Amino acid sequence: MNPPSARIPVTVIGGYLGAGKTTLVNHLLRNAGARRLAILVNDFGDLPIDADLIEAQSEDLISIAGGCVCCSFGSDLMGALMKLAARSPAPDHVLLETSGVALPGSVARSVALIAGCSIDGVVVLADAETVAARAADRYMGDTITRQLAEADLAILNKTDLVPDAQLLALRKWIASTAPQARLIEAVRGEVPAEVMFGFGYSRAAIEGTGRLASGKLKPVEDASTRYESASFAVPQAVDAERLARALASPDSGLVRAKGVLRDIDGSMKALQVVGARFEVTAFAGRADPGIACIGLRGRMNRAAIERAAGLANTAKIV
Amino acid sequence: MTTIYRARRILTMNPARPEATHVAVRDGRILGAGPLQELKGWGTHTLDDRFADKVLMPGLVEGHSHTTEGTYWRYTYVGFFDRTDPEGRVWTGANSIEAAVDRLKAAGAALKDPAQPITGWGLDPIYYGKHRCTRQDLDRVSGTRPVGVQHASGHILNVNTRALELAGLLRKGIDHPGIPLGEDGLPTGELKGPEAMMPAAPHVGFDRDLLACDELGLRYFAKLCVRKGVTTAADMASQLPPDAVDMMLRVTGEPGFPARIVSLRRFLSIAPDELIARALELRAASTNQLRLGIVKIVVDGSIQGFSARLKWPGYYNGAPNGLWYVAPEQLRAALKGALEHGVQVHAHTNGDEATDLLLDCVEEALARHPSRDHRFTIQHGQLANAEQFRRMKTLGMCANLFPNHHFYWGDQHYSTTVGPERAERMNACATALANGVPLAIHSDAPVTPLGPLFTAWCAVNRLTASGRTLGEAEKIGVAQALRTITLGAAYTLKLDGEIGSIECGKRADFAVLEDDPMEIGPQKLKDVRIWGTVQDGRVFESAPAPREAAPAP
Repeated sequence: MNPPSARIPVTVIGGYLGAGKTTLVNHLLRNAGARRLAILVNDFGDLPIDADLIEAQSEDLISIAGGCVCCSFGSDLMGALMKLAARSPAPDHVLLETSGVALPGSVARSVALIAGCSIDGVVVLADAETVAARAADRYMGDTITRQLAEADLAILNKTDLVPDAQLLALRKWIASTAPQARLIEAVRGEVPAEVMFGFGYSRAAIEGTGRLASGKLKPVEDASTRYESASFAVPQAVDAERLARALASPDSGLVRAKGVLRDIDGSMKALQVVGARFEVTAFAGRADPGIACIGLRGRMNRAAIERAAGLANTAKIV
Repeated sequence: MTTIYRARRILTMNPARPEATHVAVRDGRILGAGPLQELKGWGTHTLDDRFADKVLMPGLVEGHSHTTEGTYWRYTYVGFFDRTDPEGRVWTGANSIEAAVDRLKAAGAALKDPAQPITGWGLDPIYYGKHRCTRQDLDRVSGTRPVGVQHASGHILNVNTRALELAGLLRKGIDHPGIPLGEDGLPTGELKGPEAMMPAAPHVGFDRDLLACDELGLRYFAKLCVRKGVTTAADMASQLPPDAVDMMLRVTGEPGFPARIVSLRRFLSIAPDELIARALELRAASTNQLRLGIVKIVVDGSIQGFSARLKWPGYYNGAPNGLWYVAPEQLRAALKGALEHGVQVHAHTNGDEATDLLLDCVEEALARHPSRDHRFTIQHGQLANAEQFRRMKTLGMCANLFPNHHFYWGDQHYSTTVGPERAERMNACATALANGVPLAIHSDAPVTPLGPLFTAWCAVNRLTASGRTLGEAEKIGVAQALRTITLGAAYTLKLDGEIGSIECGKRADFAVLEDDPMEIGPQKLKDVRIWGTVQDGRVFESAPAPREAAPAP
């Protein structure tokens, strides 16, 4: 088995037909920066990639500007993922766009079985205009709610198309349907790349050779000012698992966090939080202990984060 | 060149002339069935007496199988029930885990390459009491080679420790509903569902796409057809890539290939309009022996896998409702495209909610594109109720039900999946016929063994493996059952003008039987001995089984 550091992060993107999965993926491709993304889609039937991004296309592979690729998996998702994981150079991040009726949480549990992959997060989109009607549909209703109930991040998309009162009701409904999920809102699938992939430093920097220096953080740029970012140096030992759990809880107001910590047993740990999901793994590289966070603007609970990190009075906020 | 065959009895399925003593054949087709005196009128002929003590039926039509039934026979069979291989050897059932282990061990002893996996299939641990098969059980087969055994249902794979290691699954912290963990925190070796099986399957000798049939598998499948009296079998379904179609055209076109294969294109990985375009291309490539151009759509999962979509009140044991395998939007688009272009659709539904959705979508598509003879067919439709059969009739649909389930899983359906009342009405053959729905019945081989006469026995007796009669009211008569495995199945494939009965103008396809299915008695229908077949006028005798017996359990 490959060591965890060599595993490729996979984001599973779920949501019913028309929720905006393809739009989100294309938005992310346009804002991928230097990341080599691999997109996995069920089929090439409904034009998964905007035409202007496509460099070349064969039967089962689309080459995309910037070294990204898109493959279809058809009946063999696991086989397609294993092939992707074996590609050279390996992709930095895989976006797995599930079919509209799939349960993305189940898909994620299966992907986690593949030695070369790790689940970054389960992202479920909901179309603000139609999700309420879909959730009441005789045939599809429970599929819609089960999809959301397994989300780490729920994206309420197309919020510009519904009146405020409806938006308010939708927020409440999603909070009760998917209490675990961090709800973020978007228009035309415009979610910042940092929210989906983390900060701009490379995987190597956090997982192996480089150093996590708080000064290097780029703030999240979001024209709609939906997000804010912060980093905290955590020089003293902390219970990494407990901290991760706290950051993943709804109180934190975080959508994403990543860091390196000295655990209470003295070992170094890497920590990752994506909405409701967290992972703590052994860390072998060198880094100044600290965490970098992205939260919802005005909702990021700095006090709670500092408390959880044992930083009552010494917090250094960038 | 005309040959007139004399037989002990010919059951024609032609109501105008239900029985005959002679059948005249010319150029692979039937000139007529009747008394010799009448048939002599066709002119010069050879009188062939080889079937004088046999009973002839129309060649049996298997309306839902997979040619992979042939593929599995290169692996070691360890099922609970006796099963006949393509060469005619009867593999006696393995009646305990120990028996299965011993048989796999013997298979391993014959292998030279020390890294080669040992592969088994057909395991049915539900008959071994409460004990689940574990990696430790299969470690007794080999500690060094990977060992994998697929269950009879096809939905579970048991592997040994070495195989888990190769698959990267011998680790703690695995969180997957399809991978139970032992007290040591490591997987027990049971891998449930395609996703859980997938990382290990290639290491234990199962190719990636288990439903893709290869050349050897197709040849084995055809041998099984001869043994079971089958002259036409639906292969339901694959993605039919061009190289597979070329292979199937070549093999089925050989002069000695004994069966007509109807291979359906599954709706997977392509958009609805592409699906219809591909179906039309495939139809144009059809030959007499390989019929292409029908589309298969899978709407939900399986009842025993708890992935079928059930209406209220759902599963008897409280399991959550199953999964949709297609979105209604895609289903509607495919059905409309199919009606618009005259493409036939067979749709898999198991749960009654999936059947409801399919009926709704067909109704809507027909309103847009009225069609008088589409013969869209529900495949399995196991939980369909009387109301749904009435709707099928109204909409011009056919049903191909799955009575073999009563025997193999009926006890589980009664106790666990759907509970007593619905278990008794599953595969409601009598209700389908009473409502005038054109009916076929099937084996879904390799899920259950190929053998239409066994399937007919299941529909007539509705017995479970433990001997319970499951649904007295849904039993059908022997004559009705025999019609469903000939003319009934042919109708669902739009081949009833060519096959399914022995009458003037049809293809000379016969099942050649040693026993008379109308005389042997309903309880013994499955025991009718089969001599072989005649297909397109060519005679195929089941080769006698080789001298050496199949390995004893």
